Amino acid sequence: MQAYCTLVRRELGAYFLSMTGYIIIAAVTFLLGMSFVVLLMKLQQEPTPIPLTELFYVTQFFWLILLLATPVITMRLFAQEKFSGTFETLMTTPVSELDVVLAKFTAGLVFYVLAWLPLLACLLIVRHFANDPTAFDPGIVASTFLGIVLIGALFVSLGCCASALTRSQVAAAMISLLCGCTVFCVGVLADRFPAQNNWQSQALAAMAIFDQMHDFARGVVDTRSVVLYVSLTLFFLFVTLRIVESRRWK
Amino acid sequence: MSGGLMIEVAHLTKRYAGRTAVSNISFTVRRGEIVGLLGPNGAGKSTTMRILSCYLPATSGTVRVAGLDVFRQSEEVRRRIGYMPENNPLHFDMRVREYLKFRAQLKGLGHRKSRDRVDTVLEQCSLTDVSHRIVGQLSKGYRQRVGLADALVHEPELIILDEPTIGLDPNQIRAVRQLIKGLANSHTVLISTHILPEAEMTCNRMVIMYQGTILAADTPENLQQFMSSKSQVLAEIAAPMDELRACWAEVPEIENYDVSACEGKYYRCALTPRNGMDLRPLVFDMAREHGWPLRELTRNRHSLEDIYVQLTKPADEEES
Repeated sequence: MQAYCTLVRRELGAYFLSMTGYIIIAAVTFLLGMSFVVLLMKLQQEPTPIPLTELFYVTQFFWLILLLATPVITMRLFAQEKFSGTFETLMTTPVSELDVVLAKFTAGLVFYVLAWLPLLACLLIVRHFANDPTAFDPGIVASTFLGIVLIGALFVSLGCCASALTRSQVAAAMISLLCGCTVFCVGVLADRFPAQNNWQSQALAAMAIFDQMHDFARGVVDTRSVVLYVSLTLFFLFVTLRIVESRRWK
Repeated sequence: MSGGLMIEVAHLTKRYAGRTAVSNISFTVRRGEIVGLLGPNGAGKSTTMRILSCYLPATSGTVRVAGLDVFRQSEEVRRRIGYMPENNPLHFDMRVREYLKFRAQLKGLGHRKSRDRVDTVLEQCSLTDVSHRIVGQLSKGYRQRVGLADALVHEPELIILDEPTIGLDPNQIRAVRQLIKGLANSHTVLISTHILPEAEMTCNRMVIMYQGTILAADTPENLQQFMSSKSQVLAEIAAPMDELRACWAEVPEIENYDVSACEGKYYRCALTPRNGMDLRPLVFDMAREHGWPLRELTRNRHSLEDIYVQLTKPADEEES
């Protein structure tokens, strides 16, 4: 546990010791600001009973942030250590591979959530100036953030997996982006084709990430989505663990 | 039981895809010894060290550290090892003290203990003055000491240092050597190098590797004795070439000679002794007897290259 905490601290610290961390936060804040502008323009046109978080989600900046930020956040986790050689010094200390993978994943996810925090400020600003307490429903905000964390965890675990595969951060980011886009495209397909009775169509419907995220943004927590994201995240973390362990395979 | 043995390597082989890096090597290191792994680039030193430090698995053979198997009891072994890899990779974005504390905690030291140990190793490696500086901004010599401090921070029984003095200036090399020598009483040290004098100066014993095999393993004195038995004597003498050749041919102690023209009237004679004797007094006497001007008389200092050349043959005989 001590090794895990030490590593999480180090990994999180590393984001703030380099420019990358600040650039990511600035970029995400910029995109959130853009969605804020779109949101305000919509609110100016007509009053709406739709929750603010849902309005935020439908601006589509959400997916741009998710697809672009997670590869950049995760690319350095393993690739940089392998490139600089510090992976060797890390793996020759008495820490387990599981601790290393979990710590890097945790740090990536925590940083990803930190980058999303300006969203809260946007919501509070609207609530303040609209003078409407219902504009900021803690339950709906919590469910939106649950969605952001769950889907983020999936993308961060994909990024960890990509980063563990290579020594090049650029290659890791590309692989991660490619995987993320694939998940996104599956979501698009699930959105286009309505569910039928055959299993293929049912499986595709389970990956309807747009609808699932939309539910979270509306304040609806569907356990099926939670189970899906948690199990996919665990699966990719397991793959990452195996990649890291493969060094010691005979 | 391992008894007084810290490292036991038996029939170790490591193959990478299509290439054998280490081929069936065996050696042991006793507790408290400083042993040098000596060899050129690609000899298999780093691979052997990586296996010892549990970073890579062996293809076959067994490796034990303090009686523990490096593959099956890897975590236990890693607790007992302080390892500094080749090129000394460090987190350049951290401060020296912060980095050492991070490493100490990774190695299982508690909050207070890690603080105490970091203070101790900072002092031991003369890093106290730079403890608040960022690692990436330090000179190579300081970085090397940070790497050493990292290897020492959890008081390991065995310290493995892969080319610890590479790229340092002579003063820094001397300082690092002193530091390593200072570890001798309390730790077992395995260092790799391709610089022969370095191994001679710091190690109790040397293991010479070449192309993945061990050519010789002995004390520096014994190896030196073995080496000097074949070392050539070079002499630059002003004399007619034919006379020189005739003279060397008559001396029974000279096994082989080569005379080549130098600038002016001088000829350069390379003389190989037959039975390991030092030919210099003999050459000097000959020159004096004949009244030949002698302007240089040296005995070839055995270079590492010579060791390989010479040891490649006896290696087969030794194995049998």
